[in-house]
Amino acid sequence: MKDILLKVDNIIKRFDNNTVLNGISFDVHKGEVIVVVGPSGCGKSTLLRCINALEPIQGGSITLEGETINPADKNLTALRQKVGMVFQSYDLFPHLSVLRNITIAPEKVQKRNPKEVEKEALALLERVGLRDRANSFPRELSGGQKQRVAIVRALCMNPDLLLFDEVTAALDPEMVREVLDVMLNLAASGRTMIIVTHEMQFAKAIADRVIFLDAGQIVEEGDPISFFEHPQTDRAQKFLNTFEFESVKNHEK
Amino acid sequence: MPDLGLDVLLKGKNLARLLGGLGVAMRISMIAVVISIPLGIILGALMTWKNPVIKAILRVYLEVIRIMPQMVLLFLFYFGTTRAFGIDISGEMASIVVFTLWGTAEMSDLVRGALIAIPVHQYESAEALGFNRMQTYRYIIIPQTVRRLIPLSINLITRMIKTTSLILMIGVVEVLKVGQQIIEANRMVSPNAAFGIYLAIFMLYFFACWPISMLARYLENRWRV
Ligand SMILES: Nc1ncnc2c1ncn2[C@@H]1O[C@H](COP(=O)(O)OP(=O)(O)O)[C@@H](O)[C@H]1O
Ligand SMILES: [Mg+2]
Repeated sequence: MKDILLKVDNIIKRFDNNTVLNGISFDVHKGEVIVVVGPSGCGKSTLLRCINALEPIQGGSITLEGETINPADKNLTALRQKVGMVFQSYDLFPHLSVLRNITIAPEKVQKRNPKEVEKEALALLERVGLRDRANSFPRELSGGQKQRVAIVRALCMNPDLLLFDEVTAALDPEMVREVLDVMLNLAASGRTMIIVTHEMQFAKAIADRVIFLDAGQIVEEGDPISFFEHPQTDRAQKFLNTFEFESVKNHEK
Repeated sequence: MPDLGLDVLLKGKNLARLLGGLGVAMRISMIAVVISIPLGIILGALMTWKNPVIKAILRVYLEVIRIMPQMVLLFLFYFGTTRAFGIDISGEMASIVVFTLWGTAEMSDLVRGALIAIPVHQYESAEALGFNRMQTYRYIIIPQTVRRLIPLSINLITRMIKTTSLILMIGVVEVLKVGQQIIEANRMVSPNAAFGIYLAIFMLYFFACWPISMLARYLENRWRV
């Protein structure tokens, strides 16, 4: 087995008295793609936010390459640079051009050479088919284009781990594919990723391992074929059925 | 051609006097603007704090200033201070105080609005990229706030300039008052002077405020977010 990159060990997350994550443990190895699925409100976003230290945890530990992630830590910026995150809402900086959105953090946070960063940013934009939009502003882009830029922005920090929180959930259907394709390419190039998604076909295609979360706990975990085709638990079966129902309707049309 | 009374404008030092009156109005509004803007920024930022006492005090200040017509505030300060406290302040001083109180209140509300309009995920995206608090404000939050704020505060400045036309009511000799004096003095020789003088005043206000409004419109388009 390859090296462990991220270790999530028995974490507890509460908002006031509401326990949202109740003893979650899993490891992520270098180059692995983990897909997290589960009903709305089960704590998927919260899990990713804890991993990126946007939320403090009340128990357990999260370690990235042996270093503990702790929101109160002084050295948080160093850790955050190793973890890239793309959110569901289009979260580009509206006052900056596409190129500047991508280059500002490598320049200001990582203090890298601006010329070099720009070259890298343009090369990455080329890869997602947006080289010609480098000087556009976010308001001039479609939702799918914005999400591709957000992915490039995260990539340009050269993170060891990428987190995706339902990045296609707010998109018009015809734009979902272009974003998923970018993520498939990243997986093919060996990126370590944790992906939260409701696109089950995509999950099946991209995942090395699927984690099914319900009510703040890992209910089932396994390779995508076994999970999607032979779910072991009732809860997973029920969850997957909600998607089946949709696909049956589509066939009848 | 009807007598528009424009000749009165060119008589003696009349035009220079009108410009001098405009100068008084501009001076009062500019002093008030220069004090109001930094104060408004500080109060506006304070309004976004969680402290309920500070919030309540600022809220009351803002509401009181906004509800009162500017004229009432002017009378209150000019006549009120003399009567109640025996302090004899000049009309110009009273005007500066009132305009500053008003400008600060309006500015703080604009600042508060611009700050709370920035979505939480702007802060979070910046943090997720490794920006620390200071950098998040410097590169992400403040530039967006300023872009929203500049056109709005320019509009506030033009409103303040225009509202100076009220201060003749407390005896400040600004452009409107000068105009009335000229009309009075020429009542016998050119009874139509009123039209010419008010037209001139209209033009003066217009040329004082128009470039500022244009600038606001330009910045608004350029910085649309
Ligand atoms: N900032 C917060 N304060 C209080 N409760 C929250 C907060 N964020 C999320 N929650 C609660 O945590 C639970 C899990 O939310 P979330 O992680 O967003 O679920 P998911 O992403 O799986 O839909 C929900 O019940 C939600 O109401
Ligand atoms: Mg979510």
